[in-house]
Amino acid sequence: MNSTSPAVEMKDIVIEFPGVLANDHVNLTLQEGEIHALLGENGAGKSTLMNALAGLYKPASGTIRVRGELVSFNSPRDAILKGIGMVHQHFMLVPTQTVTENILLGLNEPRFVMSLNKFDQKILDLEEKYGLFVDPTTKIWQLSVGEQQRVEILKTLYRGANILIMDEPTAVLSPREIDELMETMRSMTDQGKSIIFITHKLGEVVDIADRVTVLRKGVVTAEGESMKGVTKKDLAQRMVGREVIFTVERESHELGDVVMEMTDVSALNNRGLPALKDVSLSVRSGEILGIAGVGGNGQSELAEVITGLRKCSGKIFIQGEEISNQPPIKAINRGVSHIPEDRTAVGTAPSLSLTDNTIMKGYKKHPIGDGWRINFQVAQKHTSKLKDKYNIIAPSVNTPAGKLSGGNLQKLILAREINCEPRFLVAMQPTRGLDVGAIEDIRALLLEQRSHGAAILLISEELEEVLSLSDRIAVISEGKIMGIVDSEDVDIDKIGMMMAGMQEIRE
Amino acid sequence: MISDLFSMTVLVGILASGIRLATPYLYASIGETFSQRSGVLNLGVEGQMLLGAFAAFYVALTTENLWFGVLAAIVVGGLMGLAMAFVTINLHAEQGISGIGFYLFGLGLSDLLFQKMLGTVETVKGFPKVHIPVLSDIPVVGEIFFRQNVLVYIALALVPLAWFVLNKTTLGLKIRAVGENPEAADSLGVSVARIRYFTVVLGGIMSGVAGASLSIALLNVFQQNLTSGLGFIAVALVYFGAWRPWGVLAGALLFSLINSLQLWVQVLGIPIPSDIAVMMPYILTILVLVLTVSRVRPPSALTKSFERGD
Repeated sequence: MNSTSPAVEMKDIVIEFPGVLANDHVNLTLQEGEIHALLGENGAGKSTLMNALAGLYKPASGTIRVRGELVSFNSPRDAILKGIGMVHQHFMLVPTQTVTENILLGLNEPRFVMSLNKFDQKILDLEEKYGLFVDPTTKIWQLSVGEQQRVEILKTLYRGANILIMDEPTAVLSPREIDELMETMRSMTDQGKSIIFITHKLGEVVDIADRVTVLRKGVVTAEGESMKGVTKKDLAQRMVGREVIFTVERESHELGDVVMEMTDVSALNNRGLPALKDVSLSVRSGEILGIAGVGGNGQSELAEVITGLRKCSGKIFIQGEEISNQPPIKAINRGVSHIPEDRTAVGTAPSLSLTDNTIMKGYKKHPIGDGWRINFQVAQKHTSKLKDKYNIIAPSVNTPAGKLSGGNLQKLILAREINCEPRFLVAMQPTRGLDVGAIEDIRALLLEQRSHGAAILLISEELEEVLSLSDRIAVISEGKIMGIVDSEDVDIDKIGMMMAGMQEIRE
Repeated sequence: MISDLFSMTVLVGILASGIRLATPYLYASIGETFSQRSGVLNLGVEGQMLLGAFAAFYVALTTENLWFGVLAAIVVGGLMGLAMAFVTINLHAEQGISGIGFYLFGLGLSDLLFQKMLGTVETVKGFPKVHIPVLSDIPVVGEIFFRQNVLVYIALALVPLAWFVLNKTTLGLKIRAVGENPEAADSLGVSVARIRYFTVVLGGIMSGVAGASLSIALLNVFQQNLTSGLGFIAVALVYFGAWRPWGVLAGALLFSLINSLQLWVQVLGIPIPSDIAVMMPYILTILVLVLTVSRVRPPSALTKSFERGD
């Protein structure tokens, strides 16, 4: 061991999955006490690389050194023993157990019989040291997302980790929680920890990182560059390989009549707890109403009550007809289209063909169906027309939908939902997990519907997306609409406050 | 005649035999509780019980040592558990279907062995009743609780022990974590496969002993399909007990008391058609399951096989 060696040195790492080269001779060096950003698009291979460092995957070739010592991890345990802790994007917590139980899981101490009180205190001491406060005796499912993340961090610190890997830690947080997290990260590096911070958000890299490594399609395009003298634009180019347009062209036009109106709508979530509280909204023809908010604040339930998938109190009207608490077919017949949050579980039947998926909504309509029979020749022709029109890349119309990439699958759903010329479109997280090219296509399609006079409810956790597409923005927090602002005079700080649950303050 | 049911002797008899009848359920259900808490649904309990019952009976008959019989049931049940673990954990077979397979295997094999090795129904002298000094002399209570065979005492003692292990030890924490979120457990260096092997083999052993408690303590015979659905009820009791040992105890007692009641109804010749009487416990199981459903969520990873990186 050598005190001048870097904390971690990964060299020529190659990781292959069937058909994909996830990491192609990747190098990454983490210095002691620094915050090192690992930047890249979805699917660039960031998480894969870090999973190798955390002992979850074994690289096909390449070497990993921790403080100069050559290591080879067969399991997460090996990595933990070398002081490496990973805070996963999808929290690795047991919801039915307490904070303390989650932290103690898998440790050699206590040996067999557990008296939790003693350990609760130890954990409180650790919380004090890093300013990560959360009640050790609470069960995980009772905690907010931000608190759950603190438990994840505490878990690694309790194990004595001095190298922390944080996989997109800000994705689920409100702006205020993000600030707190950044403070915690600073206090951790002040106390000698080194941090690798995975993200695809440029702003955060600029805010907090000391150095940055950029990955694109499994290849390093910037290796450990100091943040001094690097511009956002430069990083973006390294990340996507071409110039990125940061703004969307949105023509202003006259709005039409109110298409969707909801008054005092409340609903429960799957746990039976209130998810929507007295929500009143209206959307006019040719208008995009954006719903901004941190995930899990009632967005899913909002989309579901409008499309007839969830019971609610209050009233929802589409073009004057009440559709609340009616079966989904009623909403569909009134011209409601739905781009659901979950593309494979709700949006499509993945093992059925493109054709089956595109006619799923219009199978009764002439000429595809005559009420009880389906004319498959017509259906296939119809599908191949859509496939060309919406530029869906697939071997044939008989390919199972599940074989398509995320972007193409989303285009397939949009093709089905838009082709019936909706009066009202509910789009839930329409670009989540897609690459930049597909995101641009999807956004353009939404704007096209807007200029055709559709009313659109755009629900997205990407604040930037809501801001660039919407005519008006409603902020949701804990099931309540905190305020509605015009996109012409947006104050980001104000929206951030509302997302964190603070009511609009009027001077 | 109905009034006969309410005489003191009969009531004591119903309660005492109710507790006795609860033993096979207790062994099997506590074992199954451990498997299910770790995320493995073992539907093969019935088959494991049948083989355990046969092994215990045959060994007890030939060696004239009841404890060798119990040991044989432990070995056979453990081996069945090992096979189930291999198929579901290493080969990722669908748990429900492979469980049914193991049930049919146990049913067929125990009958085959019975035909080849015994041929006719014989009896053994099973575990005698053990009168606990002093306590068994307490009127009523002593008769109900403290004049039972040794397997009954062990079964009852297992309930608090199982509770303690599941809730107050690191092993229990690992079992519960593996059953709720195997990815989380894995990321902290807990071997999901090892924990599940442990619980499934334990479940097999307990099912084997459950079978032994039937063939060499309760009925003292072996015949084709001796268990007649008891193992499946044991699985249902785990749901009824909401995956908690004390809940399982309550379910096992409720169920066996009804069973004991219906036996006494027949013994006393109360004019209820025997078919209806025999159906009572089963109807009760269905009713209870319907009424208690959704009260507590099952372990989240129940029936889901685990592979790193999924």
